[in-house]
Amino acid sequence: MLVPMISVIVYSFQESAILRPDTRFAGLKHYAAVLSDPVFRSSLLHTLYFTVMSVIFHMGIGLSFALMLNSDRIHPWLRSGLRVLYILPWLFTAVIIAVIWRLILEPNGVVNSMLLAINVIDSKIEWFSDPDTALHAVTVANIWAGYPLFMVSLLAGLQGIPKDLYEAANIDGANGFQKLVYITIPQLMPIIVSIALLDLIWTMQVFPLIWMTTGGGPIYATEVLSTYTYKLAFAQYDMSQAAASSVIILLISLCMTVFYIKHQKAR
Amino acid sequence: MRVSKQRKDRLLTAALYLGLLVGLLFACFPIFWMLSSSFKSNTEIFALPPTILPALFTLEAYSAIFADGQKLRYFFNSYLVAFAVTILTVFIALLTAYGFSRFQFFGKAGLNTMIISTQTIPPITLLIPFFGMVVSYGIYDTYWALILTYMAFTLPYAILLMTGYLNTLPRDLDEAVAVDGGTSWTALWRVIVPVSLPGIVATSVYTFLLCWNEFLFALTLTKTTDMRTVPIGIQLLMGQHAFEWNEMMAMSVLGSLPLMIVYLFAQKYFLAGMTAGSVK
Repeated sequence: MLVPMISVIVYSFQESAILRPDTRFAGLKHYAAVLSDPVFRSSLLHTLYFTVMSVIFHMGIGLSFALMLNSDRIHPWLRSGLRVLYILPWLFTAVIIAVIWRLILEPNGVVNSMLLAINVIDSKIEWFSDPDTALHAVTVANIWAGYPLFMVSLLAGLQGIPKDLYEAANIDGANGFQKLVYITIPQLMPIIVSIALLDLIWTMQVFPLIWMTTGGGPIYATEVLSTYTYKLAFAQYDMSQAAASSVIILLISLCMTVFYIKHQKAR
Repeated sequence: MRVSKQRKDRLLTAALYLGLLVGLLFACFPIFWMLSSSFKSNTEIFALPPTILPALFTLEAYSAIFADGQKLRYFFNSYLVAFAVTILTVFIALLTAYGFSRFQFFGKAGLNTMIISTQTIPPITLLIPFFGMVVSYGIYDTYWALILTYMAFTLPYAILLMTGYLNTLPRDLDEAVAVDGGTSWTALWRVIVPVSLPGIVATSVYTFLLCWNEFLFALTLTKTTDMRTVPIGIQLLMGQHAFEWNEMMAMSVLGSLPLMIVYLFAQKYFLAGMTAGSVK
């Protein structure tokens, strides 16, 4: 793993790598080219939006599903059945998630016809090919696909909260909401933070979902760092510039990894 | 006072059930839609208003896939690569992990942190150097390109998982073998492997799923359709004949089968494999 990382750094400083090898030292030329490219900057913003929204919703949905499934108001039998069903989105690989959502969000697909039927929209929306909706559409698909990691981890965390904390709160006359805010959430905090960091790192690396739904289009509307880099390397065959771009991605990712490892050690 | 409390309680229960129902729709509708569409004809998929269940139940999409040698080849490739990587990874990881958990050596402490960090390296960063290596070794567009690349991804974590598991086994086991005159090698195969089966299964599940789902490297390191795996096959299907939706859905169902089977029969190991790295 160290060897490829070093070689990608070396490539990024060469005039031209791999396909038309020209190993002369190019200095920071490729980095300057990437950083001054407006498409790179918008890719950075799209990645940020996609990642932050995904993580927030994964957290929100994961936590509420975990709390609902953990409630003793429902039968244990129903609880374990629902748990199995709620995890299902996790089982699908990104390519299949992309295909499913393309079918659902087809202009003639089921979402549009439902929205038309209840008069929310008055014409068919091309979710993935309209620049105004495409980024939201891929984000929704990713939110759907990724919440179970939070849910499963938080469910495990909920089992680990000592029961006497709640008994003490009952004696003090706390209501359900107070118990949630003052006991449950603080107790889950270490898990929430570590999963959120991991989810940030992993979501930032998104490729197949976007590649298969919009391919970064329309007109760069959903271009993210990984699709931008991929196109540099395998559509424009500019391996050195792509290497520079991927080193930048690596640096961002490393910063978050440092946070993650520090947090894990502190636990 | 008591009545109102009871009413409040009932309202809360009702709200909970409503929430669960909404959640269930959110979680399962897309999957249900995939399944249902795979049994429809391509014209029925866009019928207006949409039919929830196929009005005309047909297996035509599935039989089209099974009649098409090219599509079967995608499945063959995916299984071949995933099984090869899983077997090699588990074997190497087991030996390495045994070393890590039973012997002391220099630099052992920093190793865990290093292995965890490799989990967070963006694949796109590794794509270009791996592409360079695969081309220069002359294995571009072969099974080896995928097998060796995937092993570079699966091995670090597999070793960590196995070491963690072997550390939980008491050393008395090895010592008992030593007393009986066995070497570390016989201790490993006769004693450690049989009792660490749960760890081996979790590692295999993790490895297999990673290979089965991989897209970026399969896309880049292979070129001819004969070498493509299922995810790339689905992508090609999407580009080729514009929108044989029922076939694409059937292919997706078939492509999800291994995961479904492992999930249903080995939920515990599956979750261990999937949450690998996060709940440590």
